[in-house]
Amino acid sequence: MEVRPPLVDPEATARSGSAEPTTVTEQVKVPVGPGPDGSRPDAALAVEHLTKRFGDRVAFDDVSFKVGYGEVFGFLGPNGAGKTTTVRTLGTLIAPSSGSASVAGIPLSAKNGSAIRSRISMMPESPGLYVRLTVTENLQCFAGLYDLDDVPGRIGRALRAVNLEDRARDLCGSLSKGLRQRVALARALLNDPAVLFLDEPTSGLDPVATREVHELISSLREQGVTIFLTTHRLEEAERLCDRVAILNTTLRLIGRPDELRQQLFRRSLDVRLRAPLGDPGDVLGAVPEIERWEQTPSGYALIVPDPDLAAPAVARALVRAGADVLSIAESHHSLEDVYLELVNEDVEAKAR
Amino acid sequence: MSFSWRRVRAILRKELRDYRRNRFVIGTMAAVPVLFIILPTIQLIAANATNKALTLRIGLSLLYMLVIPVTMPSVVCAYAVVGEREQGTLEPVLSTPVRREEFLIAKALAAFVPTLVIAYAVFGIFLAIAALFAHPVIVSAIFMGSHVLVQFLFTPLLAGWAIWVGIAVSTRSTDVRVAQQLSVLGSLPPLVIVALMSLNVISESTALAIGLAAALLAFDLLAWRVVAAMFDRERLVIGGRG
Repeated sequence: MEVRPPLVDPEATARSGSAEPTTVTEQVKVPVGPGPDGSRPDAALAVEHLTKRFGDRVAFDDVSFKVGYGEVFGFLGPNGAGKTTTVRTLGTLIAPSSGSASVAGIPLSAKNGSAIRSRISMMPESPGLYVRLTVTENLQCFAGLYDLDDVPGRIGRALRAVNLEDRARDLCGSLSKGLRQRVALARALLNDPAVLFLDEPTSGLDPVATREVHELISSLREQGVTIFLTTHRLEEAERLCDRVAILNTTLRLIGRPDELRQQLFRRSLDVRLRAPLGDPGDVLGAVPEIERWEQTPSGYALIVPDPDLAAPAVARALVRAGADVLSIAESHHSLEDVYLELVNEDVEAKAR
Repeated sequence: MSFSWRRVRAILRKELRDYRRNRFVIGTMAAVPVLFIILPTIQLIAANATNKALTLRIGLSLLYMLVIPVTMPSVVCAYAVVGEREQGTLEPVLSTPVRREEFLIAKALAAFVPTLVIAYAVFGIFLAIAALFAHPVIVSAIFMGSHVLVQFLFTPLLAGWAIWVGIAVSTRSTDVRVAQQLSVLGSLPPLVIVALMSLNVISESTALAIGLAAALLAFDLLAWRVVAAMFDRERLVIGGRG
């Protein structure tokens, strides 16, 4: 979108470029449900200044956020931003270099590793199934590793949840990638996790399989499962997540997708005309509701404090000037715009 | 969370199911015993009681039997960790509450049990063939107490050593084939002592056999501690970057 850079709120981008992530959590009520003991209200994930370094290389730095019980939390960022390392750290596979966190109400520490892992599930990007074992045998193995009771019942429920009951006896090696992904999801549901970490759950899936995974995530949200979703697919995050965080080694932004858009981009109107105005400065400059304007390939982009108030005034001014107005509409910035804005900003900062 | 035998059983069961459907493992478990029973059997049946090198032949034949518990588990165990990593199953497994001790013991048992069954079965078949077809002098030499004792004592101990070497190599490797070659090499040293006994270079006695077995048991226990210390979840997940 060519007009995007000038429309960015310079104050917001300045804030987002600071060491502290721009956050709208103060404005957003974090969903809070029962804690691990069934009564204590607590965050499913609470991360405070968490950092991980591999020698000189910083995987992620000074990351802080909270995720409430029952929330679907999107974790976005470019390749190498530290998303998977963060998930692995919260899943006790990797020890943090500094900072603290609690996962499913249990403080993150080496001695609590096994206890934390029993209350969470992690689905890595690759399904990681035993291909010479059947679907049921794979799930039996993991039910045993979680030391679960009622194994047949749990396997049946997990397979029903992912709509795979009829493939229970198939060897995993004979399944398509989409079906394997669903088996991996069934595996992740076996222990009724308090927090479910999904790392790129739709990576490499076709649109139909992707939609099925999305539907499953939506149904899990309805059941109150806390989901920590790492993804590259911004439309996926926008569609599924209550809140998203954008990580690029440091946490750049966190909040609800619509609030991030509002925070990062000034509100604006897109005006499309059959032909450009002869003297746009005179016409648009005379409308007090317009703060700033610029020409776009299809018309004009107008920065306005209140689109509902400005649109009628703009329409009147254009008609008075004899313009053929095709449309006047409020600009809508996708989460992708927000994401690209932040990532581009980081690239430019590194280049400087 | 305490040690759970249920988690050990879960991995053990999975491993045994996996072996059953893995042509490479089935091939190894079938080919190695066949190879190491044909040669010594032919040697013994063809030998006559006056052969000056009879002792050497019997020693060599029995040594073949002990190659089974060394080679078979080292080949299988070399796959234990690096194989899981290659097929992408290591991270999901390590993401469960399973403790490293549980994981390692399950992997070790999955190699130990079939090895023991096959090695003892092969030795039993060898003894039966010898009893039926070999010269009575040879039979009595084979059934001499210390020979049988060496087989029964050293089979599990050599297997134990080979298993820990195999798993240790597997935790540090990034390639299954390299891991298999290295683990077979690493499992051979204890066999040298047994070979020296079997070939009468070291004078064979019950006391010596028991003493060496105790030493090998100590090495096995030490190897288990070393392997447990080497099993670092973080390094395994990130592939050695850390």
